[in-house]
Amino acid sequence: MIPATTGPVGVEVNGFGLRYGGRRAWALRGVDLHVEPGERVLLLGPSGAGKSSLLTALAGLLDPSAADEVEGDVRLDDRPARDARALAGLVMQDPESALVMGRAGDDVAFGLENRGVPTTDIWSRVDEALAAVGFPHGRDSATAALSGGEQQRLALAGILALRPGLLLLDEVTANLDPDGVALVRGVLGRVLAESGATAVIVEHRVEQVLDLVDRAVVLEPGGGVVADGTPADVFGSQGDALAARGVWVPGRPLAVRRQAMAPAGPRLLTGEGVAFRYPGATREALRPTDLTLSAGVATALTGPNGAGKSTLALAMAGLLRPSAGTVRAETALDPPQPARPMWRWRGRDLVTRIGTVFQDPEHQIVTSKVRDELAVGPRQAGVASALIDARVDELLERLGLVALADANPYTLSGGEKRRLSVATALATSPRVIVADEPTYGQDARTWAELVALLGDLRDEGAALLLVTHDEALVAALADVELALPPRTAC
Amino acid sequence: MSTTGLSGTTSTDAVTTASTRGPTARWRTVDIVVASSIGVAFGVVFWAWGNAWNALDAAVAGFPPARAPMYGVWLVPAVLGPLVIRKRGAAVFVELVAAIVSALLGSPWGLYVVAYGLAQGAAGELVFAMTMYRSWRLPTAVVAGAVAGAAAALLDLSFYYADWSGAWQVSYGVLVVVSSAVIAGAGSWLLVRALARTGVLAPFASGADQARV
Amino acid sequence: MLTPLAPHPDAALARFDPVAKLTAAAVVMVGLLVTLDPVTPGLLLVLELAVLPLTGVDLRTLARRTLPLLLGAAGVAAANLVLVRGGRVVASLGPLDLTTSSVHAAASVSLRLLAIALPGILVLATTDPMDLADALVAHWHAPARFAYGALAALRLLPLLATDWEQVTRARRARGLDPGRSPVAHGRAFAAQVLSVLVAAVRRGVRLAAAMEARGFGATDVARTVARPQVWVARDRLLVVGTALAVGGVTAVSVAVGAWALPFA
Repeated sequence: MIPATTGPVGVEVNGFGLRYGGRRAWALRGVDLHVEPGERVLLLGPSGAGKSSLLTALAGLLDPSAADEVEGDVRLDDRPARDARALAGLVMQDPESALVMGRAGDDVAFGLENRGVPTTDIWSRVDEALAAVGFPHGRDSATAALSGGEQQRLALAGILALRPGLLLLDEVTANLDPDGVALVRGVLGRVLAESGATAVIVEHRVEQVLDLVDRAVVLEPGGGVVADGTPADVFGSQGDALAARGVWVPGRPLAVRRQAMAPAGPRLLTGEGVAFRYPGATREALRPTDLTLSAGVATALTGPNGAGKSTLALAMAGLLRPSAGTVRAETALDPPQPARPMWRWRGRDLVTRIGTVFQDPEHQIVTSKVRDELAVGPRQAGVASALIDARVDELLERLGLVALADANPYTLSGGEKRRLSVATALATSPRVIVADEPTYGQDARTWAELVALLGDLRDEGAALLLVTHDEALVAALADVELALPPRTAC
Repeated sequence: MSTTGLSGTTSTDAVTTASTRGPTARWRTVDIVVASSIGVAFGVVFWAWGNAWNALDAAVAGFPPARAPMYGVWLVPAVLGPLVIRKRGAAVFVELVAAIVSALLGSPWGLYVVAYGLAQGAAGELVFAMTMYRSWRLPTAVVAGAVAGAAAALLDLSFYYADWSGAWQVSYGVLVVVSSAVIAGAGSWLLVRALARTGVLAPFASGADQARV
Repeated sequence: MLTPLAPHPDAALARFDPVAKLTAAAVVMVGLLVTLDPVTPGLLLVLELAVLPLTGVDLRTLARRTLPLLLGAAGVAAANLVLVRGGRVVASLGPLDLTTSSVHAAASVSLRLLAIALPGILVLATTDPMDLADALVAHWHAPARFAYGALAALRLLPLLATDWEQVTRARRARGLDPGRSPVAHGRAFAAQVLSVLVAAVRRGVRLAAAMEARGFGATDVARTVARPQVWVARDRLLVVGTALAVGGVTAVSVAVGAWALPFA
């Protein structure tokens, strides 16, 4: 039985609460929310406030047999969300993990097959959905070759083809570069208008969706709804309180520019003509690039996805062997063997001089406790035990991780993991810090703290290399910006 | 929404809880996709391991019993799968996916690997079935590893080494079985415990014992 | 690097139904496994090589891919030459005596290995995984949830390969590169396997959620098919033709007196 697509759906949430397995504190408790059919709601709250979980509950996808504890009631058009799944369409933030098929048309058809749409109707609806999002390529285009923005448009098409009465958008621009954000933003307005569906949107880049929503609802970690009204009301009257809690309030300057206080120090790392090509690939992932990192200078590495930013950062950190060019450590960095190229250094020599923060913090996790995680670097560097403990405590304090000292690093929230990965890179007080998207996933408060920390490091004489899409970070901190050109077509 | 406690206490959704827990339960989507992901991850591991295996082959000049102590790696999915997913058919399914993936990646053994995967999976499955899918502890894991290893050794002896003398066949078999019991049996059990502590197994029964912080 | 062998979409063999190809390969496997002699697989291998240009697979990539297979076959042959006893001595290589039994065993086993493996490789080189899933569900009634669940997880392959690389780099960046000892390498390997398993489970859970958000796995709805799969004449011909070839080769082998059950 295919549920009829009856138009916009009303939402009723009563006393909803959620506690993740492995946590004592509730993520959300006592959430009451009523949404009229056709309303557009922006859901806000600091990170850890359970916004994604609420959307998952609205989509009827919470699994009762999971270790998480759930209480309360969620209804769509008066039916329990779990039974009304066909009415909701959830688009998530990571399109890479949501692609099911190798070709675009097949991917959109996937949802239609699942809902039992007759074969004869499937392909016309696929074309209709692809057109609705302005998908630039044909049905047979390879999904893996699409840019992030195009992939997210495809994901949206996949949901729209199902004609849901409730659209749930969970940070759909979070993983995209500025071009991708524009691509998706351009489509959202039209899509919302044409479908007429009710929408609940979680988006930390609030300015992007402000004119699409009629209502803003703010959630509190461990609690329920703390503010509800038109965006003007909510941000106007409560703007300060919200900003203090960490909510991204539009129209507020994120951070005052921290100009470097001292002139640039000695050169630490020099990259000349650094290029990289994957074995067997026709195009270069990174075209020959020159880059110099000097003490007390923060360099921002920007550019669209695929331009080779992460590749260059890894090469500078000595973790990737360039296909061409060299990366050299200058005498100021005290290289163990001056002639040796960086990629040949032993790990022990790297860890004391260069701290690397990876794009995915989970790749860096090597122990089962936050405290142990911070101790790894210093221990490998041969620092004395007592000093290690002191350093660990200092870092825990500095990055607001004291309460989580004994937790398994994998159980931290996204933002907490990011802070932990920054902390581990700093543990050995390296002179060079290479960070890939250090501010990703932070709320307003933790963002400001991270920027302050990075600024302090820079002023203490470290060389920073920041790979980032975050224009606010660049504005606040960067002394030098290297913008890599987009990848050229073959 | 129902209230479900960590220890499976009273639930208004009793029917759903009962039918999604327990060994005869239907596989949920997350069971299928995660079992497949584990299979894919091992397909990658096998592909890389296979190259090392062939190199080892050349080094020992084609003397299979010398490689046998490392054999257990091939059998890990047959034990790890059931320990994580805890549903009927997990050993077969995860081994099958791992085998298909390593074949797709260009493993020189092509479809052989798939036939081996099926047999190894079935053997591991048998052991868990004999405990009525109720025991997920170390001894069961070790036995499952050993039996899956025995299946693989039997296939090897039938296909490639049928004409060896009895003594060689037996010693080969024993080495493979012991390697599998240790690496695939005990090793998988340790891996799953470490996985549970990372919290990533929260959607599964195998991840239910987590300390609250 | 770790990239799947890209199927040749324009190869002649790609147009056949995947299940037909699998059946043909299975027929070859079964037909050859019931005998341990050099004639049956040898003849079949000749036939396979003769047909090879017609399949449309690029011969250079195929050669590259079969090289490890040849090495493997050589290894198996060597093992048999060394460890099989009995029969008349036909030659001596230093301390090693080659007997009729050991040569027979080596030839039989390695030729059989090659003759079974080659069709398998051809199937994999010319089959798109999605078509395979569609065909398995349509013809062999594989449960759709398992087939498409596995197919979706296959998309994670390049992502997991990258995860493995990144984990290796991250460990080195923290001073944890293993150095020389094999024990250290073993421990590092196990730690990396754990990291990649975490990544695999996490990505799997997210993928499962995305699939369910699009209605996958619903019990109250009968799933329809966007790409119906039908067998045509050439698919039937492929299976029948292969069966005939195997039968013919077996007949010749029996006539010549070479055909023999293994373990006989």
